[in-house]
Amino acid sequence: MASTPAAVRSVQKFEKLCGILDQHARRPSRLIPILQAIQHEYNYLPEEILTYVATSLGVPPARVFGVATFYAHFAMEPKGKHIVRLCDGTACHVKQSVPILEALHQKLGTSEKRKTTPDMLFTVETVACLGACGLAPVVVIDEQVYGQMTPERAVELVEEIQMQETAIRVAAAGAAND
Amino acid sequence: MTKAEPLLSKPLTLKPTNRISNLSQVRRVIICAGTGCMANGAMKVFEQFKQQMPGSGLNVILELRPEAFDHDVRLSKSGCQGFCQMGPLVTVLPDNILYTKVRGEDVAEIIEHTLAKGEPVERLLYKDPATRKTCRGVNENPFYSRQSRFVLQECGLLDPEDIHEFMLHGGYRAARKAFVEMSPEKICRSVLDSGLRGRGGGGFPTGRKWDAARVQNSAKKYVICNGDEGDPGAFMNRSVMEGNPHSVIEGLMIAARAIGASETLVYVRTEYPLAVQRMRRAVEDAEREGILGKNVFGTGLPLKCEVMEGAGAFVCGEETAMIASIEGRRGMPSPKPPFPAQSGLWGKPTVINNVETLVHVSRILNVGPEVFRSVGSKSSPGTKTFAVTGHVANTGLVEVPFGTTVREIVLNIGGGVTDDAGKIWKNGFKAVQIGGPSGGCLTEEHLDLPLDYDSLRSVGAMVGSGGLVVINQRTCMVSTARFFMEFTQRESCGKCVLCREGTKQLLALLDDVIEGRADANTLVLLEKLGHAVQVGSLCGLGKSAPNPVLSTLRYFRKEYEEHIFEKRCRTGRCKALLRPEINPEKCKGCRVCVPSCPTNAIIGERKQAHTINAELCIKCGACAKACKLHAVEGI
Repeated sequence: MASTPAAVRSVQKFEKLCGILDQHARRPSRLIPILQAIQHEYNYLPEEILTYVATSLGVPPARVFGVATFYAHFAMEPKGKHIVRLCDGTACHVKQSVPILEALHQKLGTSEKRKTTPDMLFTVETVACLGACGLAPVVVIDEQVYGQMTPERAVELVEEIQMQETAIRVAAAGAAND
Repeated sequence: MTKAEPLLSKPLTLKPTNRISNLSQVRRVIICAGTGCMANGAMKVFEQFKQQMPGSGLNVILELRPEAFDHDVRLSKSGCQGFCQMGPLVTVLPDNILYTKVRGEDVAEIIEHTLAKGEPVERLLYKDPATRKTCRGVNENPFYSRQSRFVLQECGLLDPEDIHEFMLHGGYRAARKAFVEMSPEKICRSVLDSGLRGRGGGGFPTGRKWDAARVQNSAKKYVICNGDEGDPGAFMNRSVMEGNPHSVIEGLMIAARAIGASETLVYVRTEYPLAVQRMRRAVEDAEREGILGKNVFGTGLPLKCEVMEGAGAFVCGEETAMIASIEGRRGMPSPKPPFPAQSGLWGKPTVINNVETLVHVSRILNVGPEVFRSVGSKSSPGTKTFAVTGHVANTGLVEVPFGTTVREIVLNIGGGVTDDAGKIWKNGFKAVQIGGPSGGCLTEEHLDLPLDYDSLRSVGAMVGSGGLVVINQRTCMVSTARFFMEFTQRESCGKCVLCREGTKQLLALLDDVIEGRADANTLVLLEKLGHAVQVGSLCGLGKSAPNPVLSTLRYFRKEYEEHIFEKRCRTGRCKALLRPEINPEKCKGCRVCVPSCPTNAIIGERKQAHTINAELCIKCGACAKACKLHAVEGI
């Protein structure tokens, strides 16, 4: 079964994981940069990977889980393809960022608890401050910063991505039929 | 108040000394490439210039090389210029023109008029909303002309990715002086004499901190630059790291020399990807130029610098928590003493300084402690950068001497208070929240208070990292306090019981006030618990967490009482306290509102005044939107 594309990808990923660990000389003091690199690779921190990290660094799994769950940047669940981050720093908050969040949740059917859509296309998160306070309120979609947002404009941005995704799906289905 | 002088001086490796005078004659087009301007499309503007300039017959160069002096125009990017709301910003020198909100389509016009003929494009100049006056350059623009930009000055001028330009402007001169000409004692003495106090919030004298680490007998010592700017609403450190990363490295080098450290580290917030990238690039460039490395300035002393990305924990801005985080642990603070200067990273003497503090150091060595002291107030010398945001016409970074009043910052430099739509609101000022989640509120009575570490502490606020949020009359102060409490509650690391549980209870009490469940006892509890959290917490986060609540209780008690006893919020922003009613005098019984109500709470016959069933009403406001006669009131 090792020849299926998924299995090949998983082996390649595992090699990358070992590469990350070696790059940091498997030193426990490098745990945070290691987890950052793993999250970059996997887009979240899978539980089994964390156990492996603990073993290879020679520290108890509790220590690795402790660090992974302490910092807001680390995600223990897979994130959607597109990450919508709403800034809820002070400047954005006083300029009415909450209605934008509500509009996004309503549009995508997400909530404070369920941040990712069932089709794994979107994750809606809030962040404390992106430091772009001059443009408040700010929404960041896949690293692109959008300033002076309104609920309507934020929903439009999401709709644009949804349309692109539909186009990609239609094209893929068309290619499969050919 | 002295203004910063140009920092041109002896360059280190590039040696076009005879050509320096020509430098100012080369026309420069500088495009702000800070996070704010980039979000508004600054890179598109840059690309348009790059494409269109060659076609216009102008001889353009992108990088600063000795041959740059033979060209007509030099096109470059700069760090954040601090006027983010008006971005993308384009500066043309030596004409001294500042264009705001420039789009790709405007580039042809700028080339044709300004670069070819030296005339400004009027419509792209900034118009002061208060006086309606058109401002040609920064010297005419009240946002800039009333500031004293020391730390920020070079941010808007230099290409952050060009180490040579930094050096041509006198960069690394102070570091060289520290390594070649000065002893560690002398550096500490200079910094102590300057009266520099830590810009990260506490205001501890930097010289004393350095001296404490210097006298430790240890072969290994560390200097850490604290770039974990977690205070929501403050972004001056981001701007400096993005706009002038080499000045941060220079400050670190001086600190390392002063205490005898051979390793330095910059801890940057992960939410600032551009700052991480620019700091890393700057370290690489400095290593390549031999400024960092095994033999700094030929003294035989080694110096390393590493850039580490944080992982999204506010508490890591606290010194001991940051050390834990660097060591790969949960970022939890530990009791002091021992202070990091005695036993810090890996148990070795460690100095941790804020970004802004470190940038001040090289200036102190360049101009001398006396000149530095001549700016600012007696107990707090020098300048401080405030991030002015919220309901104010000009949001952005404002660097002013300590001792400047809130009035000057908000009404003159900031251009006045605005309403929710961004229009100037003459009597709209309600408060400024200073110092972020650790700070407090200043009200109208404090408008003329000279801002410094001690004056702010005396009125229950603090400088903190310098976030200054302007709040207008349409903002509920209880909700503002709740916002900060929610933040500190979420960010509490959980080590101290009073911080972990106390902030949770404070938040619940504030929710009671906002949702109409509070009684007279709530206020007493809030105050009692607030003081308990202050004394029962180990680190600055817990000690200062109740500040926003206590400070709003002190200055806006009336608003709390209205919520509690009258069950009403004067701004109409607390939804649970809304009492929507249909004014029978205005209602014509047209029934337009009836289908708009999602819960069928509106009752009434056609042509007769309707009423709202309060039990069914969810206060969504749909009926108020539907009614053309504005008969729905109280929402």
